[in-house]
Amino acid sequence: MLLLSIDSLPYSKDGIDDNIASSFRTTHYRQGDHMSVQVAIAAKKLDKDYGKGQSLFHALKDINISINAGESVAIVGKSGSGKSTLMHLLALMDTPTHGAVCIGDQEVGELSKRKQDQLRNQTFGFVFQQFFLNGNASVLENVILPLKIAGINSRTRKQRGLEALEDVELKDKANNKANDLSGGQKQRVVVARALINNPKIIFADEPTGNLDSTTGAKIEQLLFDLNKKKGITLIIVTHDPDLAARCDRQIHIKDGVMLSKGVKS
Amino acid sequence: MKLKDVFLTASANMFRSKLRTALTVLAIFIGAFTLTLTNGIGSGISSYVDKQVNTVGEKDLLAITVKTSSSSSDTPQLYKPGQATGVASARSAGSTGLLTSKDIATLTADPDLTNVEPTFAINPDYIQGLNGQKYKLTSSEISSGAKLDLASGVELDNATSTNQLILPLNYVSVLGYSNAADATGRVVTVAVTDAFGEQRTLQATIVGVQQPGLVSSSGMSFNQALRTNAYDLQATGLPPAAKNKYPEAAAHIVGDLSDSHIQQIKNKLDSMGYTAQTSEDLLGTFKSVISAITWVLNGFAIISLLAASFGIVNTLLMSVQERTKEIGLMKAMGMRSSRIFLLFSTEAMLIGFWGSALGVFIAILIGQLINHIVSNGILKDLPGFNLLAFSFTASIGIIVLIMVIALLAGTLPARKAAKQNPIDALRYE
Repeated sequence: MLLLSIDSLPYSKDGIDDNIASSFRTTHYRQGDHMSVQVAIAAKKLDKDYGKGQSLFHALKDINISINAGESVAIVGKSGSGKSTLMHLLALMDTPTHGAVCIGDQEVGELSKRKQDQLRNQTFGFVFQQFFLNGNASVLENVILPLKIAGINSRTRKQRGLEALEDVELKDKANNKANDLSGGQKQRVVVARALINNPKIIFADEPTGNLDSTTGAKIEQLLFDLNKKKGITLIIVTHDPDLAARCDRQIHIKDGVMLSKGVKS
Repeated sequence: MKLKDVFLTASANMFRSKLRTALTVLAIFIGAFTLTLTNGIGSGISSYVDKQVNTVGEKDLLAITVKTSSSSSDTPQLYKPGQATGVASARSAGSTGLLTSKDIATLTADPDLTNVEPTFAINPDYIQGLNGQKYKLTSSEISSGAKLDLASGVELDNATSTNQLILPLNYVSVLGYSNAADATGRVVTVAVTDAFGEQRTLQATIVGVQQPGLVSSSGMSFNQALRTNAYDLQATGLPPAAKNKYPEAAAHIVGDLSDSHIQQIKNKLDSMGYTAQTSEDLLGTFKSVISAITWVLNGFAIISLLAASFGIVNTLLMSVQERTKEIGLMKAMGMRSSRIFLLFSTEAMLIGFWGSALGVFIAILIGQLINHIVSNGILKDLPGFNLLAFSFTASIGIIVLIMVIALLAGTLPARKAAKQNPIDALRYE
């Protein structure tokens, strides 16, 4: 059993509750090590309603999911099915009407706003369909944004930024403007940005939606490599059946209800 | 996000929409520029008046006269028989309007006053200089405590027994001297007429030349020795009772010079039957008019700043709108709402800073230019008068004031940014 050094984890000194951190320390296995199964993120009886009275709309109903550390999961569904809402709830960007989200074995609803912000900053990585890069800033500047938010000093930022860009083979573009890159390159920058804080979970919302099939395949490969080599839990929201099929497990959502079982069979 | 990074990011964000930022900075610039100039005019005039006050007398100097029936108060006073007779009876009869030796003795004995000096009413006839021409002389009652705005030479020495005088600048050339420095140290002749109608002369040394001013432009200043000697000559043949009467006495205040203490002494002298005025009283009205005008001008400048602050609100609201997705992304990545607020507030403050710093700087440059032109033009007769005066504290004060206004203007957009919901911001359209 190969445990990564605790010192290399970003949150070990930063005041996140120890029980959250420790649940990740024990889950940090190499792929293929099936000795023990740790839950990375779980949803318990999630409901999400929008509106009130006559216009009340149940976006999600009774969602129960448990995703293990190192797993790759696809959340599949048509547009308007509630899959994005589910991702937002899991990524702590929204609060459920009923039910709870657990990160490790910590129920998130019990954490302060500040702790939740910290958790998002240090545990999650985000890959978006629309990139959300600052086009006028350099590639490096875009990549180090999560570290800047975390308050890490500029030397470490630069060093880790270049490392992350090396991982996506864009180190030579570090000082280029983000606008000058192709779509595939931009998405690789986004992946580098998602990677830079050594996240436990990467949320990818239609990561290949804006790319042609060749470059899309490259991004897919990059994400699954990270999943395999670094043991990062991958949660992909997609309506692309081929991409979904590459994941360990698919969670199908239709009209806010889960069609398949959310727990690994 | 560290404060340093917040500052640097806000600074960089300012330049993302250059034209828009530049226009907002320009609006602030105009406000700051106007405020600096109006404020400069106010303090320029005030400091000149202060200088003039010093030529009249020091702060601890009181000019004491006999209280006349018409009080120094602005409003008509009710006639109170008891009080009036009380005052009259406290003073020696028949001496209304003039101080007697007895008054001087009373004042000298007062523990709150020191160096009580009667002012002699000297009526010199003429002054004669290098070229022998005789020029009329206006009497001068400037007391020994005065500080003069000198073009050349030194202040009068009241301890010496030699006759000294200070010449107004406009007498220099008519008396036959080439310039102020040339006149300094020369001996002139001053003539007075005694009680028998006989003209008598005495010699005096010019120790300094005085700049013309608003308040004491025509007066010539004599030192104690010259005043005493001239008065003695002039009073030759007068009966002793008439001789020892003075229109005014100068006295220095003992103790602290706080306004309340000065007022206390003035009240006490008033009850004793004297009117006491400080040099500030003499110029008080003038100064209050100037400061009122300054405030009106500053008011206009501040109104233009308020208008400019709406420019800041507008600019930043547009920025928040444009950067909705970016703000959403930062929040998704764990940026705290308070830091987003700080980011936009800092940007507002930076716009305020650049606008005001540039405005103040350019206003000072142009102010110096105006001073240069004006002192060689319409204000040529008032040397030493700078129309605009800029102090370091006032300039910093203006910059800080504008930054505070900008900060307040920035709170609305900053609040809007901080309240952004990451989901709404990142939602696909």
